Amino acid sequence: MNTTQSGFPATRRLILKGAGAIALVGLGNIPFGFAPAFAAANDKYPEDAFKQKGDADAIKALYGKTAEPSEKVKLDAPEIAENGAVVPITVSSTLADVTSISILVAENPNALAASYKIPAGTLPSVASRLKMAKTTNVIAIVEAGGKLYSATKEVKVTVGGCGG
Amino acid sequence: MASTIRVRATSSGETTEVQALIQHPMDSGYVKDARGELIPPHFIQQLTFEYDGKSVFVADWGPAVSKDPYVKFSFKGGKKGDDLKIGWIDNKGASDTTTAKIQ
Repeated sequence: MNTTQSGFPATRRLILKGAGAIALVGLGNIPFGFAPAFAAANDKYPEDAFKQKGDADAIKALYGKTAEPSEKVKLDAPEIAENGAVVPITVSSTLADVTSISILVAENPNALAASYKIPAGTLPSVASRLKMAKTTNVIAIVEAGGKLYSATKEVKVTVGGCGG
Repeated sequence: MASTIRVRATSSGETTEVQALIQHPMDSGYVKDARGELIPPHFIQQLTFEYDGKSVFVADWGPAVSKDPYVKFSFKGGKKGDDLKIGWIDNKGASDTTTAKIQ
Protein backbone atom coordinates (compact mmCIF):
# COMPACT_ATOMS: atom_id res chain seq x y z
CA MET A 1 0.00 0.00 0.00
CA ASN A 2 2.68 2.39 1.08
CA THR A 3 4.90 1.33 -1.73
CA THR A 4 2.20 1.99 -4.28
CA GLN A 5 1.42 5.39 -2.87
CA SER A 6 5.00 6.58 -2.70
CA GLY A 7 5.86 4.81 -5.91
CA PHE A 8 3.43 6.76 -8.01
CA PRO A 9 4.81 10.26 -7.44
CA ALA A 10 8.36 8.94 -7.81
CA THR A 11 7.56 7.41 -11.17
CA ARG A 12 5.75 10.50 -12.23
CA ARG A 13 8.71 12.69 -11.34
CA LEU A 14 11.01 10.38 -13.25
CA ILE A 15 8.85 10.54 -16.35
CA LEU A 16 8.61 14.30 -16.10
CA LYS A 17 12.36 14.59 -15.72
CA GLY A 18 13.23 12.18 -18.50
CA ALA A 19 10.76 13.46 -21.01
CA GLY A 20 11.03 17.07 -19.90
CA ALA A 21 11.86 18.52 -23.26
CA ILE A 22 9.37 16.41 -25.17
CA ALA A 23 6.62 17.02 -22.65
CA LEU A 24 7.23 20.75 -22.82
CA VAL A 25 6.89 20.82 -26.57
CA GLY A 26 3.91 18.47 -26.50
CA LEU A 27 1.99 20.35 -23.83
CA GLY A 28 3.11 23.66 -25.24
CA ASN A 29 1.17 22.95 -28.41
CA ILE A 30 -2.19 23.45 -26.78
CA PRO A 31 -1.92 26.61 -24.69
CA PHE A 32 0.88 28.36 -26.58
CA GLY A 33 1.12 26.69 -29.98
CA PHE A 34 4.30 28.59 -30.43
CA ALA A 35 7.69 27.05 -31.10
CA PRO A 36 6.91 24.10 -33.38
CA ALA A 37 4.09 25.71 -35.35
CA PHE A 38 5.92 28.99 -35.59
CA ALA A 39 9.19 27.49 -36.73
CA ALA A 40 7.41 25.46 -39.38
CA ALA A 41 5.53 28.48 -40.66
CA ASN A 42 8.79 30.21 -41.46
CA ASP A 43 11.48 29.16 -43.85
CA LYS A 44 13.18 25.96 -42.89
CA TYR A 45 16.50 26.08 -41.07
CA PRO A 46 19.12 26.29 -43.87
CA GLU A 47 21.04 23.23 -42.76
CA ASP A 48 22.88 22.83 -46.06
CA ALA A 49 24.23 26.40 -46.03
CA PHE A 50 25.55 25.98 -42.50
CA LYS A 51 27.43 22.84 -43.56
CA GLN A 52 29.39 24.52 -46.37
CA LYS A 53 33.06 25.10 -45.64
CA GLY A 54 33.90 28.22 -47.63
CA ASP A 55 32.12 31.58 -47.55
CA ALA A 56 31.35 31.61 -51.29
CA ASP A 57 29.76 28.15 -51.15
CA ALA A 58 27.74 29.10 -48.08
CA ILE A 59 26.37 32.26 -49.72
CA LYS A 60 25.48 30.24 -52.81
CA ALA A 61 23.74 27.53 -50.75
CA LEU A 62 21.83 30.12 -48.75
CA TYR A 63 20.81 32.58 -51.46
CA GLY A 64 21.69 30.96 -54.79
CA LYS A 65 23.42 34.12 -55.99
CA THR A 66 26.47 36.27 -55.31
CA ALA A 67 26.79 39.56 -53.46
CA GLU A 68 28.27 42.85 -54.58
CA PRO A 69 30.18 45.08 -52.14
CA SER A 70 28.17 48.07 -50.99
CA GLU A 71 28.91 51.07 -48.78
CA LYS A 72 25.33 50.84 -47.59
CA VAL A 73 26.18 47.75 -45.59
CA LYS A 74 27.78 48.66 -42.30
CA LEU A 75 29.81 46.04 -40.47
CA ASP A 76 30.94 46.87 -36.96
CA ALA A 77 33.55 44.46 -35.67
CA PRO A 78 36.65 44.99 -33.55
CA GLU A 79 40.05 45.46 -35.27
CA ILE A 80 41.55 43.00 -32.83
CA ALA A 81 39.56 40.40 -30.93
CA GLU A 82 41.50 39.26 -27.90
CA ASN A 83 39.12 36.40 -27.29
CA GLY A 84 37.97 34.59 -30.42
CA ALA A 85 35.21 32.87 -28.44
CA VAL A 86 33.24 36.10 -28.10
CA VAL A 87 33.56 38.60 -30.94
CA PRO A 88 30.84 41.28 -30.91
CA ILE A 89 29.60 41.94 -34.44
CA THR A 90 26.92 44.38 -35.52
CA VAL A 91 25.53 44.61 -39.04
CA SER A 92 23.24 47.39 -40.18
CA SER A 93 22.22 48.89 -43.49
CA THR A 94 20.70 52.00 -44.99
CA LEU A 95 19.27 49.97 -47.88
CA ALA A 96 15.49 49.80 -48.32
CA ASP A 97 13.48 46.56 -48.23
CA VAL A 98 16.00 44.51 -46.31
CA THR A 99 14.72 40.96 -45.92
CA SER A 100 17.69 39.21 -44.36
CA ILE A 101 21.14 39.74 -42.86
CA SER A 102 23.78 37.01 -42.74
CA ILE A 103 27.21 36.93 -41.16
CA LEU A 104 30.06 34.72 -42.32
CA VAL A 105 33.52 34.14 -40.91
CA ALA A 106 35.70 33.18 -43.90
CA GLU A 107 38.12 30.76 -42.27
CA ASN A 108 35.94 29.17 -39.62
CA PRO A 109 35.44 25.42 -40.13
CA ASN A 110 32.01 26.32 -41.52
CA ALA A 111 31.88 29.87 -42.83
CA LEU A 112 28.21 30.73 -42.20
CA ALA A 113 27.77 31.83 -38.59
CA ALA A 114 24.31 33.36 -38.45
CA SER A 115 21.47 34.32 -40.74
CA TYR A 116 18.71 36.66 -39.61
CA LYS A 117 15.33 37.09 -41.28
CA ILE A 118 14.12 40.66 -41.19
CA PRO A 119 10.34 40.88 -41.72
CA ALA A 120 8.81 44.15 -42.90
CA GLY A 121 8.73 46.59 -39.97
CA THR A 122 11.89 45.26 -38.36
CA LEU A 123 14.90 47.56 -38.61
CA PRO A 124 17.87 46.30 -40.67
CA SER A 125 20.29 46.20 -37.76
CA VAL A 126 21.37 43.26 -35.65
CA ALA A 127 24.00 42.78 -32.97
CA SER A 128 25.28 39.40 -31.83
CA ARG A 129 28.43 37.65 -30.68
CA LEU A 130 30.32 35.08 -32.72
CA LYS A 131 33.21 32.65 -32.38
CA MET A 132 36.25 33.04 -34.64
CA ALA A 133 38.89 30.33 -35.08
CA LYS A 134 41.66 32.70 -36.23
CA THR A 135 42.45 36.03 -37.90
CA THR A 136 40.26 36.21 -40.99
CA ASN A 137 37.64 38.19 -42.86
CA VAL A 138 34.17 38.69 -41.47
CA ILE A 139 31.60 39.09 -44.23
CA ALA A 140 28.21 40.72 -43.77
CA ILE A 141 25.55 40.00 -46.37
CA VAL A 142 22.41 42.09 -46.62
CA GLU A 143 19.56 40.94 -48.84
CA ALA A 144 17.52 43.92 -50.02
CA GLY A 145 14.96 44.04 -52.78
CA GLY A 146 16.00 40.55 -53.90
CA LYS A 147 19.66 41.51 -54.35
CA LEU A 148 22.70 40.78 -52.20
CA TYR A 149 25.09 43.38 -50.87
CA SER A 150 28.16 42.79 -48.75
CA ALA A 151 30.76 44.36 -46.50
CA THR A 152 34.00 42.71 -45.42
CA LYS A 153 36.33 43.41 -42.56
CA GLU A 154 39.40 41.60 -41.30
CA VAL A 155 39.38 40.86 -37.60
CA LYS A 156 42.65 39.90 -35.94
CA VAL A 157 42.17 37.14 -33.40
CA THR A 158 44.69 36.71 -30.59
CA VAL A 159 43.23 33.53 -29.07
CA GLY A 160 41.04 31.36 -31.30
CA GLY A 161 37.53 30.49 -30.22
CA CYS A 162 37.15 27.05 -31.73
CA GLY A 163 39.25 25.04 -29.29
CA GLY A 164 42.27 23.12 -30.57
CA MET B 1 11.62 25.85 -13.99
CA ALA B 2 13.80 28.83 -14.61
CA SER B 3 13.72 29.96 -18.19
CA THR B 4 16.87 29.84 -20.29
CA ILE B 5 15.76 33.04 -21.99
CA ARG B 6 16.27 36.52 -20.59
CA VAL B 7 14.68 39.29 -22.61
CA ARG B 8 14.46 43.01 -22.29
CA ALA B 9 12.11 44.72 -24.72
CA THR B 10 11.89 48.49 -24.43
CA SER B 11 9.47 50.65 -26.36
CA SER B 12 10.55 54.16 -27.27
CA GLY B 13 7.10 54.94 -28.70
CA GLU B 14 8.00 54.41 -32.36
CA THR B 15 10.21 51.37 -32.10
CA THR B 16 10.82 48.55 -29.67
CA GLU B 17 14.37 47.49 -28.93
CA VAL B 18 14.79 43.85 -28.01
CA GLN B 19 17.79 42.36 -26.27
CA ALA B 20 17.88 38.66 -25.56
CA LEU B 21 20.37 36.51 -23.69
CA ILE B 22 19.98 32.75 -23.73
CA GLN B 23 21.71 30.16 -21.61
CA HIS B 24 23.04 27.52 -23.95
CA PRO B 25 26.45 25.79 -24.33
CA MET B 26 26.56 26.35 -28.12
CA ASP B 27 29.10 23.52 -28.47
CA SER B 28 30.63 23.69 -31.94
CA GLY B 29 31.73 20.07 -32.18
CA TYR B 30 35.37 21.13 -32.62
CA VAL B 31 36.29 21.56 -28.96
CA LYS B 32 37.82 18.75 -26.89
CA ASP B 33 37.02 18.10 -23.27
CA ALA B 34 39.55 17.51 -20.45
CA ARG B 35 40.04 13.90 -21.56
CA GLY B 36 40.79 14.90 -25.13
CA GLU B 37 37.47 13.71 -26.50
CA LEU B 38 35.49 15.89 -28.86
CA ILE B 39 32.39 17.46 -27.33
CA PRO B 40 29.60 16.75 -29.83
CA PRO B 41 27.90 19.73 -31.45
CA HIS B 42 25.03 21.16 -29.43
CA PHE B 43 23.75 24.55 -30.53
CA ILE B 44 20.59 26.57 -31.03
CA GLN B 45 19.46 26.42 -34.64
CA GLN B 46 16.52 28.77 -34.65
CA LEU B 47 15.43 31.59 -32.38
CA THR B 48 12.13 33.30 -33.09
CA PHE B 49 10.44 36.46 -31.85
CA GLU B 50 6.72 37.01 -32.31
CA TYR B 51 4.69 40.12 -31.57
CA ASP B 52 0.94 40.52 -32.10
CA GLY B 53 0.73 37.17 -33.89
CA LYS B 54 3.42 38.11 -36.38
CA SER B 55 7.06 37.17 -36.67
CA VAL B 56 9.31 40.17 -36.03
CA PHE B 57 12.68 38.43 -36.09
CA VAL B 58 14.08 34.99 -36.88
CA ALA B 59 17.66 34.00 -36.17
CA ASP B 60 19.13 30.92 -37.87
CA TRP B 61 22.29 30.04 -36.03
CA GLY B 62 25.21 27.74 -36.67
CA PRO B 63 27.70 26.51 -34.08
CA ALA B 64 29.87 29.65 -34.57
CA VAL B 65 27.54 31.71 -32.39
CA SER B 66 29.11 32.29 -28.96
CA LYS B 67 28.16 30.39 -25.82
CA ASP B 68 25.18 31.90 -23.99
CA PRO B 69 24.18 33.80 -27.13
CA TYR B 70 23.15 37.42 -27.17
CA VAL B 71 21.18 39.21 -29.87
CA LYS B 72 19.83 42.73 -30.25
CA PHE B 73 17.39 44.10 -32.83
CA SER B 74 14.56 46.64 -33.09
CA PHE B 75 11.16 46.63 -34.73
CA LYS B 76 8.64 49.34 -35.49
CA GLY B 77 5.61 49.46 -33.22
CA GLY B 78 5.17 47.52 -30.02
CA LYS B 79 3.27 48.97 -27.08
CA LYS B 80 4.30 49.05 -23.44
CA GLY B 81 2.68 46.16 -21.60
CA ASP B 82 2.20 44.05 -24.72
CA ASP B 83 3.57 40.52 -24.99
CA LEU B 84 6.60 39.47 -27.00
CA LYS B 85 6.95 35.72 -27.49
CA ILE B 86 10.38 34.18 -27.78
CA GLY B 87 11.32 30.60 -28.54
CA TRP B 88 14.33 28.56 -29.55
CA ILE B 89 15.02 25.05 -30.77
CA ASP B 90 18.44 23.38 -30.86
CA ASN B 91 20.05 20.68 -33.01
CA LYS B 92 19.10 17.99 -30.45
CA GLY B 93 15.44 18.96 -30.59
CA ALA B 94 15.36 20.68 -27.19
CA SER B 95 13.45 23.94 -27.00
CA ASP B 96 12.30 26.67 -24.70
CA THR B 97 9.80 29.49 -24.96
CA THR B 98 9.00 32.52 -22.88
CA THR B 99 6.82 35.60 -23.02
CA ALA B 100 8.17 39.01 -22.12
CA LYS B 101 6.28 42.23 -21.47
CA ILE B 102 7.40 45.22 -23.47
CA GLN B 103 8.55 47.97 -21.10
